[in-house]
Order: sequence, then structure tokens, then C-alpha cells
Amino acid sequence: MRYQLIGVNHKSAPLEVRERLAIPEKRLPDCCRDLNAHPGIEEAMIISTCNRVELITHTVNGSADLRGFLHDHFQLKPEDLDPHLYEFREKDAVRHVFRVAASLDSMVVGEAQILGQVKEAYATARAVGAVRGQLDQLFSRAFAVAKRVRTETAVGSSSVSIASVAVELAKKIFGTLQGKNVFIVGAGKMSELAARHLMAHGCASIFVANRTYERAIGLAQRFNGQAIKFEDLYNSCDKADIVITSTGAPHAIFRREHGEQFLNRRKNKPMFFIDIAVPRDVAPEMAGLDGIFVYDIDDLQQAVAGHIADRRKEAELAEAIIAAEVEKFEARAHTLDVVPTIVSLQDHLETIRQAEIDRVRGRMGHITPEQEMAIEALTRGIINKVMHTPITTLKTAAKEAEATTVVDVVRRLFNLQVKKDQSHAANSEPAPKKSDVGTRQ
Amino acid sequence: MSLLWLRFALGCYFIGLTYAFFALSRTSDLFSRIALHAASLGMVFHFVSLVELFLSGQVVWASVHNGESLLGFLSMTFFMIIYAIYKTTSPGVVVFPVVFFLTFVAAVDQQPVLLTTFVQHKGWLIAHIILIFTGYAALMLSFGASLLYLIQEGRLKAKKPSSLISFLPALEVIDQIGYRSLLLGFPFMTLGLITGSIVAMSAYGHVDFTDPKILLSVLMWVVYMIMVFTRWNSGWRGRRAAVLATFAFVAAIVAWAANYFSAIHRFAAS
Repeated sequence: MRYQLIGVNHKSAPLEVRERLAIPEKRLPDCCRDLNAHPGIEEAMIISTCNRVELITHTVNGSADLRGFLHDHFQLKPEDLDPHLYEFREKDAVRHVFRVAASLDSMVVGEAQILGQVKEAYATARAVGAVRGQLDQLFSRAFAVAKRVRTETAVGSSSVSIASVAVELAKKIFGTLQGKNVFIVGAGKMSELAARHLMAHGCASIFVANRTYERAIGLAQRFNGQAIKFEDLYNSCDKADIVITSTGAPHAIFRREHGEQFLNRRKNKPMFFIDIAVPRDVAPEMAGLDGIFVYDIDDLQQAVAGHIADRRKEAELAEAIIAAEVEKFEARAHTLDVVPTIVSLQDHLETIRQAEIDRVRGRMGHITPEQEMAIEALTRGIINKVMHTPITTLKTAAKEAEATTVVDVVRRLFNLQVKKDQSHAANSEPAPKKSDVGTRQ
Repeated sequence: MSLLWLRFALGCYFIGLTYAFFALSRTSDLFSRIALHAASLGMVFHFVSLVELFLSGQVVWASVHNGESLLGFLSMTFFMIIYAIYKTTSPGVVVFPVVFFLTFVAAVDQQPVLLTTFVQHKGWLIAHIILIFTGYAALMLSFGASLLYLIQEGRLKAKKPSSLISFLPALEVIDQIGYRSLLLGFPFMTLGLITGSIVAMSAYGHVDFTDPKILLSVLMWVVYMIMVFTRWNSGWRGRRAAVLATFAFVAAIVAWAANYFSAIHRFAAS
């Protein structure tokens, strides 16, 4: 459990700081190697995304100079960087890793991308040999926890941005968006974004009308759509199932009589108006018509807010899952901490036993197989009796904070040395399958 | 035996009925799955009941209760077809209560009430019953769909974000379910009425249009036709379509009830 983590994220540091720390994908393997070679560090991994840069390590003695590494590596002055850094150790580091993987620490809580990014970072660090037993264990658990959070809570289920809310609403009306037409009235950034989302969900074609015809042409070209002269707006608008409007007009440009006209020509097939203009482009009484659905910017924002509130509730649930998982992980790690000691204690006593038997056998002359068996049984019995109490004590201590002290005492009493790779062998879990690594969910 | 199976089916449909009551207020995937399985099991029992009835040789085609049982079964079949296509159990909100009611009436009271008049034209009679019942089932489903359409439309217009996560399918999907059942039901209903008239003609030599049963049936058919026409011609849906569908549905129920006071289409107690 000698985990140590340092980093910045969207909450702790402004973009200017994060930019300077960001590590391009190409340099990530080298950077991992450098970090792993840093004094006091056994294993290392680096997550670098647009919202966070984090160094996650397993150290030799529980405290490595990670700040020093950051200062040297990025040539940053401590006073520029340190106020933005957060640092976690042991249990807190485990909790943080679990929260990041489960997307609870994300800017948009519940977004699915982060898990894929963490898996990629893990794969990179593993490929250069910087991740072995301890971090392996931590991250395999973190991925399992992330999956649990995703399946047991609804934290990732609802979409959040205005554009995606618009898509969701459109789907509630039309079912599939395949083959639906979109009409953009007034070429603006927001409407373009919404249109892009709708197209990504299968909308067939796009029409653009703008007061300045040239801008309409420009936008239409970007979408492979068709530009419409503003004068023809009312004659062609009924071709669209979804209308996104964001003009700067001081009065409503779509009024009830237009709606009636459209419905008439469309044989009453429903139409969805997304009005993101302020003041509004669609007169409120339009919504009174059967088959016309109007959502203005406030309605959309309300839907977004509703989602965020839902997510907050779910996030609380997710936090509880994570707290429980951290406890479980800690308990398990402690148990694993004592395993190498128990193993070497057993080895140690067994070696003594064998040596003593060999020594005595020469002096005893000929012994019958029965006598041989009796000696085996006798010596083994003594050793088991002697070992019983220390092993039980170690196992009990593993569940408590005093584990390291007890382990130390036992080692010193019996003069035990735990080989490094033996401790890894005892600690590591089977590595996750290749297909798990680097896939985005 | 047939009655016993029918009562098993009734028990299964009861689960569907409770689902129908809760489905509108809360969404539960688990519950809808349970309801679906219960309904499928109910259909198996129901089918066995109908087959046994048929094999027993005691089948009385014109018995009211056998008719109700058959109609219930056909309605469930429609529901399952819709589920297979659209993967939604929401029409169950309407279908389950109606099927439960039909099965209930058929299962508890088995004093066969018979249509006594024209048993001699058995082939036409069977065709008439099956066709008209298929038409009824389709009409009921279409009526259910238009109610669901109204609910979903109301939710979308109320703009409450939380209610958007609902068990109802998209508006256009509901609309399609309604329209397709309407289109499918119409030829059945029409042919059913034609075969009915043939039976009446051969029994009485003429069709008496002043008889309440016939009058109401024709009225129902006319409303049905208007629905199909307005939908096809000007795409009526939503509130107006729901009003028409309700009207046709009520007409269908009244036409059914007219069995009890029609001179020629009468079920007589045996």
C-alpha cells in the first residue's frame, strides 16, 4: 500500500498550467520510464488527458520526491506549480484512482471517455515495464470498480450538453433520426453544434437559411447540405422534421399561422423546433398546435440541469460504492503484505529441519522406513506447533494498522529476508486480458 | 379441463394487469420483463385451453364465452407481434386490462350462452367470428396506441425533464403501432361484416338495417373507415385521431353489447 500520487486536474489548475504539464502521447512511454527510474520509485504510471495530468507510483518507502520529478522534468518553478498540485498517499491515493476511473472526478461526471484514457495510460506504462505487481493490482481493481459503478448506478446514463439533450428529445419524438431532415435558421456556433450532433445520429440532410446568403452557403457546404434563401424560408421549412433556429431577429419569425401551414403541407407529421435564440424566434403559441414541439433555450437548459441533478444523486451512490471498495482493497493489500513473511518463515524453519535431520542421520546408522517416518512426523509436528502462533498473529495483524510493525518484529526475530520478486509473485493478480486494455467504453 | 387452463391463463394475465396499473407512474425494467413472461405463459395456457375446447368436440363457436376467450387470445397475439417488432411492452397498459377482463368473464361463468339462430351455416359463421374478432383486437390496439400517443405528447409538451425517461417508446413509434394496427384491422373488420351479412342473408333472406346490432356494427365500420381515411389523407393523429379511435372503440363495445338486445344476433341461454 505504499502508493503515492501527484497531479493536477481541471479543478485544481487552470488551463495554462495543465497545458505546460500535458505529455504528448508519443513521449508518454519515455516519460514513464524516467519516472520509474526516479529515486525511491518502484512502479510508475502517468495519466495525461486534457483535464488532468497525474503521476501514480508505488514507492520503496512510502515517500518519494514526486514534486522534484515534476519540477525537473517540466522545468517549472516550484512557486508556479505547487499551489495547483494535489498529492495523495496510500488509501487516499487508492480512492482517488478509483474515483478517476469511475469518472467521478471528471468535469462532466459520468462521461465514459476517461476510463478508456486510463486504460490506455495503463497499457503504455505496462508496455515499458513500469507497471508490475502493485500498480497492476490497483488498476485491475480500479477497472472493476469503474464497471461496477457504471452498472449499479445511473451515473453515466444521461447526457448533459444542450446539443445532446436536443438529440435525446428528438429521439423521444421521432424514435430513430435516420432519414430525418434538419433545417438551420440563422448560422451560429450553437446551432451548428446541435446540427453536428443530429447528423452524427443519422439525420439525412441539412438545409441552411441565413439573412446573409453567403454564410448560409458556407455552413451548408460544411455539412454537404443545401443553402436556402431567407425569402424562401416559409416555403421550404416544412421539408424539415427538426428546425434549429438562432437568428438575431427582434420578433418571433415562426408564428402560429406558419405552424398551421407547415402541418398542413406535412400531413400533420410532427415537427420539432429547437429555438436557441434570445429573444425567441418561435412564438410560444406555436406549441399549442398538435404535432409541433417547441423547446427554447430555457427548456433545454432545464433539461440539462435536471440531468445534472440526477447525476449528482447517482454520484453519491457511486461514492458509497467506492468507499466500500477502497476498504476492501486495503484489507486485501494488508493480507497480501504478510503473505511473503509467512512464506519465508515456513521456508526458513523447513530449511533448519532438513539440515538437522541430515546432520543426525549420519550418526544414527541404519534406520528402518518406519523410524524414518516417525522422525519426519516428530520434527514436522514440532515445527508446525512453533509456527502456529506467529502465523495466526500475522494474519490477525494484517487486518489492522499494526501489520507492518508485526511483520518487522517477526522478520527480525527469525532473521528473514524477503526476496523482491517473491513479494511480487505473492502480490500480483493475473494481468487483465489484452482486449480489456485500451478499449474505450 | 379447458376451463382449468383458462383459469391458469387468467392468473398469469393478472400479473399483466398489475403491471398496467403501475407502468404509467413508474418505470421498471424488471417489472415489464416479469409481465411479459407472465403474459407469454398465460398465452400458452390460453392456447391449450382453446385447443382442448376444440378437440373436445364440444366447441360451440357462437358461445359468448368462447368468443370472449378467443378475442382475448387474438389481442394477446397482436400485443406479442408488436413486442416482437418494436420491443415495447407499453401497449400492455391497454391490452392487459382488456384481455384480463375478457378472460375473466370467460373463465368464471361457463354457462354457455348461444347464438341459436343460424348454426346451419357453420363455415361462414366461423369465418365471421374469427375475422371480426381479429378486427376488434386490432381496433383495441389502435385505440390503446392513440391513448399512449396522447400521454407521450403531453409529457413532451410539458417539458418536464424527468418524465422524459419513461417507459413509453418514441412518439413516432407509437404512431406507427396505432396506424399499422388500424390498417391491418380494417380489412378483417370489413370482411367480417361481409361474412356476417352472408350468414344473415342466408338465414333470413335479407339484412335488417334497423336491428340495433347491425346498425351499430355498420356505424362502427363507418367510423373505422373515417379514421383510416383521415389518417391516410391528412395524417390525422394525436388528439383528433384519439377522439375518433375512442369513438370507434365505444361503438365496438356497444355493438358487442347489442348482442343482448338484437333480434337476430342473439345469444340464447341453453
